[in-house]
Amino acid sequence: MSVQSPEYIAFSPRRVAAIVLRHWYVIRSSWPRILDLMYWPMVQMLTWGFIQLYVAQHSNFFAQAAGTFVAAVIMWDILFRGQLGFSISFLEELYSRNMGNLMMSPLRPLEFVVALMIMSMIRLAIGTIPVTLLAIVFFGFNLWAMGLALALFILNLFLTGWAVGLVVAGLLLRNGLGAENLAWGIMFLLMPLTCIYYPVEVLPEWLRLFAWMLPPTYVFEGMRALLIDKVFRPDLMLQAFAINVVLFGASVVVFLQLLRSARRHGTLLQGGD
Amino acid sequence: MTSSPAIAVDRLVKVYKDVTAVDAISFSLAAGSCTALLGGNGAGKTTTIASIMGLVEPTSGQVSVLGAEMPRHRHRVLHRMNFESPYVDIPMRLTVWQNLNVFGMLYGVADVPGRIMKLAEELDLTDLLERPTGKLSSGQKTRVSLAKSLINSPEVLLLDEPTASLDPDTADWIRSWLERYREARGATVLLASHNMGEVERLCDRVIMMKQGKIVDDDTPDRLIARYGRSTLEEVFLDIARGRGEAKQAAQ
Repeated sequence: MSVQSPEYIAFSPRRVAAIVLRHWYVIRSSWPRILDLMYWPMVQMLTWGFIQLYVAQHSNFFAQAAGTFVAAVIMWDILFRGQLGFSISFLEELYSRNMGNLMMSPLRPLEFVVALMIMSMIRLAIGTIPVTLLAIVFFGFNLWAMGLALALFILNLFLTGWAVGLVVAGLLLRNGLGAENLAWGIMFLLMPLTCIYYPVEVLPEWLRLFAWMLPPTYVFEGMRALLIDKVFRPDLMLQAFAINVVLFGASVVVFLQLLRSARRHGTLLQGGD
Repeated sequence: MTSSPAIAVDRLVKVYKDVTAVDAISFSLAAGSCTALLGGNGAGKTTTIASIMGLVEPTSGQVSVLGAEMPRHRHRVLHRMNFESPYVDIPMRLTVWQNLNVFGMLYGVADVPGRIMKLAEELDLTDLLERPTGKLSSGQKTRVSLAKSLINSPEVLLLDEPTASLDPDTADWIRSWLERYREARGATVLLASHNMGEVERLCDRVIMMKQGKIVDDDTPDRLIARYGRSTLEEVFLDIARGRGEAKQAAQ
């Protein structure tokens, strides 16, 4: 048998592609999964869009700030589903008892993380792009008209979502599926503080300090500045990015520590409760 | 001149909270050998194998595979090893071909489609390639898992109950295939099995574990002779039921 062992490669885009392909196979094999990716973003956007329409009929302020709620709900979905898309791909490996296979394969943690990031973008694109098109049809609101600002909003929201997703992934490795609920609910903890639908000034003064520690707060403030005041605030985006870099770096460290702890406690093979 | 061992375990200890799963065991496996790791439930086999695969960090002691310390330098050698275990599944929604394609890419196999077709032919999987893995019988799944464990033509192969769920004919065929693979590839095989006939046929060495310790280590024939038994299963029962120590003490 004249087969040669493959070479050792420090970072392999092919291994990243293998994980992306594995999850792509799952998504494309099941139309209910594709529908599920679109269902909640669509329901949320329509609900908030009609609320906005109703409020705008009774308020001059909201009439001028058309699209704010619709934009906010789509942005919130980018944040929430950015994290969820990351975490669900990770959970799929636990549900299918495949984590042991991956951990014993040459796949490196960084490659796994990059693959999960790509999967969260793919899942989000499937769920959100049709919703943005529906927003044009129903409410005449074109999210894409935000241009460069939109790209910066999305970048910052993704970074926060991935940072949270990484910590959740580490907790799942360390504690098994007992930590599953965190994957679904952790982002809602940030919801009131990140001021999605209202300005930071609405919060009690002592709480604003915590709100400004969270990068999405800057994004939602920036979004309101753009839609209501017609001003793009690069300062807010830079501050969000700076906090995100720290947050993401810290989450990588936490993930690697939890992975090491899982190795010490022998939980990598189990994956259950 | 002696070649370095494919697997070396040196005073390995693994403690989980208050439980000592593995208690200062040492052994080394020569390249190209086939060794069985035997013991009852809770003997420490799974922890030992998991330590060899780099899934578990030892409390103390060292494990090295193909010269790389595990788990610290596992990425230097993981592409040269593989395993099959009932503790893990391969994704059930994916077809057999998709699964093997993903693992072929993960293990850096140069010609993945070619390798899949060769394995499918050898393991009689050709007609199953387009079927979802979850729809297969347990015996077919075992063959797919085996194909996954051979996708990278590993130099070190760790097998946990490789013929479980297979009918006697298929199990026998798989054993013959594994024998041929090991000979042709010069692969080192570490096997955990409760099928003593399988162990006698495939392995040239047996390591017996009990309560985290190695209680005996020899060839199947010598173990059978030393315990005055006619089969390895009887030796296993002697050791598991505590008659082994008394017998050895009497001798």
